[in-house]
Amino acid sequence: MTMPLVEVRGLKIGATIYPPGAKPKAIEIVHGIDFDLGPGQVLGLIGESGAGKSTIGLSTMAYGRGGVRITGGTVTINGRDILKANLSELRKLRGGEVTYVSQSAAASFNPAKRIMEQVIEAAVLQGKFSKRDAEQRAVELFGKLGLPDPDKIGNRYPHQVSGGQLQRCMTALALCPEPDLVVFDEPTTALDVTTQIDVLKAIKDAIRDTGVAALYITHDLAVVAQVSDDIMVLRMGDMVEYGSTDQIINAPKEEYTKALVSVRSIQHPEKAPAEPVLSVRGITARYKGLNFDVLKDVTVDLSPGQTLAVVGESGSGKSTLARVITGLLPPSEGEIVFDGRALSPDQPSRSPEDLRELQMIYQMADTAMNPRQTVGTIIGRPLEFYFGLRGEKKRQRINELLDEIEMGKGFIDRYPAELSGGQKQRVCIARALAAKPKLIICDEVTSALDPLVADGILKLLLQLQKIEDVAYLFITHDLATVRAIADSIAVMYQGRVQRYGPKSEVLSPPFDDYTDLLLSSVPEMKLGWLEDVIAHRKMDSAGH
Amino acid sequence: MHPVLSLIAQRLVLGVLLLFAASVLIFAGTTILPGDVAQQILGQAATPESLANLRAELGLNDPPVTRYFGWLGGVLQGDLGTALTNQRDIAESLGQRLSNTLFLAFWAALISVPLAILLGLTAVRYKDRWPDKLISAVTLASISIPEFLIGYVLMFFVAVQLGWAPSVAMINDSMNFGQKLNAIALPVAVLTLVVLAHMMRMTRAAILNVMQSAYIETAELKGLSTFAVIRKHAFPNAIAPIVNVVMINLAYLVVGVVVIEVVFVYPGMGQYLVDHVSKRDVPVVQACGLIFAAVYIGLNMIADIVSILANPRLRHPK
Repeated sequence: MTMPLVEVRGLKIGATIYPPGAKPKAIEIVHGIDFDLGPGQVLGLIGESGAGKSTIGLSTMAYGRGGVRITGGTVTINGRDILKANLSELRKLRGGEVTYVSQSAAASFNPAKRIMEQVIEAAVLQGKFSKRDAEQRAVELFGKLGLPDPDKIGNRYPHQVSGGQLQRCMTALALCPEPDLVVFDEPTTALDVTTQIDVLKAIKDAIRDTGVAALYITHDLAVVAQVSDDIMVLRMGDMVEYGSTDQIINAPKEEYTKALVSVRSIQHPEKAPAEPVLSVRGITARYKGLNFDVLKDVTVDLSPGQTLAVVGESGSGKSTLARVITGLLPPSEGEIVFDGRALSPDQPSRSPEDLRELQMIYQMADTAMNPRQTVGTIIGRPLEFYFGLRGEKKRQRINELLDEIEMGKGFIDRYPAELSGGQKQRVCIARALAAKPKLIICDEVTSALDPLVADGILKLLLQLQKIEDVAYLFITHDLATVRAIADSIAVMYQGRVQRYGPKSEVLSPPFDDYTDLLLSSVPEMKLGWLEDVIAHRKMDSAGH
Repeated sequence: MHPVLSLIAQRLVLGVLLLFAASVLIFAGTTILPGDVAQQILGQAATPESLANLRAELGLNDPPVTRYFGWLGGVLQGDLGTALTNQRDIAESLGQRLSNTLFLAFWAALISVPLAILLGLTAVRYKDRWPDKLISAVTLASISIPEFLIGYVLMFFVAVQLGWAPSVAMINDSMNFGQKLNAIALPVAVLTLVVLAHMMRMTRAAILNVMQSAYIETAELKGLSTFAVIRKHAFPNAIAPIVNVVMINLAYLVVGVVVIEVVFVYPGMGQYLVDHVSKRDVPVVQACGLIFAAVYIGLNMIADIVSILANPRLRHPK
């Protein structure tokens, strides 16, 4: 075998943390990782948040975010140990030999500068190309990455192109200086599923055409299976399993890898529709200052104790529907019938009973809780407000609720900052349940969570539905979640309900073009899936 | 119309309205002041008849609204009225004073604004290291000491002990440019010290805020040096807050220099105003107030417009 491009041995990475009220403390977050990467090879780094995958990726540029430092081991690139390099040598490496594509291109482009200026900056700075040649190369890359109007798109500012387009521009930025290695850090995670597939294909083709090596970091095993030759599974800074993509996907050895491969295995038999608890009738709504309707004639029903999944991409109007149902945005037409009575269109004029029976859980559990209140106070508030519970009775009920969300009474005096992401979301679920609602609107409640944690939350929600007989209006962009928990499904597209009915009907052919596109775009844990699906598409992605 | 143009037009209209409102307040404020100009001019020995005659002559018996519009009409035609105390045309005497004040403010701004931004950038570059701490400590100390004290201390050491610059900043038309500059050296130094801290600290804070952005990391990962990252990627995104604080301080250089002008006996607007307030010369006080208001509103309007122009989302809509 020829000399590898990248050789990492015994990589240890530490960080300084600042616990409130205590002295700064040094901790180790990556505990000795080894891997090799040959020219033109793609290695997928996969793991949940906190696994250390981004940190490892950035270590190939000898870069640490915030207080992160590389504390041990060697990182050899093109035959020299970059951890021993001085700052000016590192500046030649960064942006020259190794480049970086971040998760959010929208945040990673400077809003005050034109795209072209930023795409060619490193190539010119590193002396790889003259400004003119770099611009020519950028235009070629724009074309190769499937961007519309490649000659002119560089003249735009970042806010003038869509998220998917900007992510491709970021890839062009990374490829422009002809690097030896590109670190892709969750490059498609922030994109809609139908956009993700195009960007994924563009990245894959660009890697193949330019012969660059890549580290592909993601939490989504199905995505990484499409692009990488080898996969390393990481967990809490340790390597769990390292092998070829084929072996990891089709014959995982470790329990943790098996869990990742088989995630979303929840089976939920569909229930038959009954007299609806919630009827959304002909809702049309728009925001003040906009000259178009965000919701157009939306009509859906939800049966008691069942789950209606509202699925769609960003901008499809699904969160706006939640705002209309909760009364935060009065509709211009249509009405909401809840438990046999018409709800007042605006929230302040609804009765306490209306408010109690209709609760909500949000995507960001972090921002949905007061960080200065304990778990007990957070869950106790609706008990006081709706039922007037105080003292021992209230405490007893809080403990019951904590048991229901499988956390136990030990948590009653904890603050949100002391909880994990999944635990925070569980507390929010308990707070919603405390009001004994008939309906809970769940707005992307698992989107910010790691797959295994999200699975736990979904299982809990299903279990609670059985006990409490509560209906869920489940807003999500994730079709795997929909399959796992829904009884009926409404597919939304550009403010309209594109397809609506019981789960078995909505997910069975024949499909309309959009539903087909949406369903086929969900990455599958199968080699060669990406090429198959692109070849069989009926419609371009919604972003075009 | 381009959205930027309509936004700027909006700001201009608002500025004019604000100035109009300020003129009403100035007029009302000076009208309800205690004291009687006629009494002030004629002294304690005046007879009631002569007082009444003088009041009629000065138009003090007309209703306030009539007097306000008479005054405003004059102002709009460039006529600020006549000083009650010496019967001289206010516009003429004020013109000379205003140009002196602007001369002082101009030099103070020319030194302090670039210096403040440079110090702010340096403080960011060496954040939490000794240059940052030194810059913060010195500028904070200079803003905390009363400006008249700095003035007298400088006067004592630089003018009296070392003899490098005159202690009194008198300037007149017979002086050449170099002599004028030498005369205002000390007041310029004091003003610079007074306004430096605000602008420097805001520059530092605004840039540090931008330095948290993901695109700064992108720039660092392109191999740019720290100073290039600050200058090329952070500074352009921090312009709006910096321009705002710069404009407020420029306004202070024109409007707030009363103390310094008195300390250094500088023939500017501030002294002119103080002199005539003590003589209850209402038309002069009104004229000075209106000019100060115009300077304040004008500079803040410029800050708003620069902020609008600095925002690429407004400048290049989708």
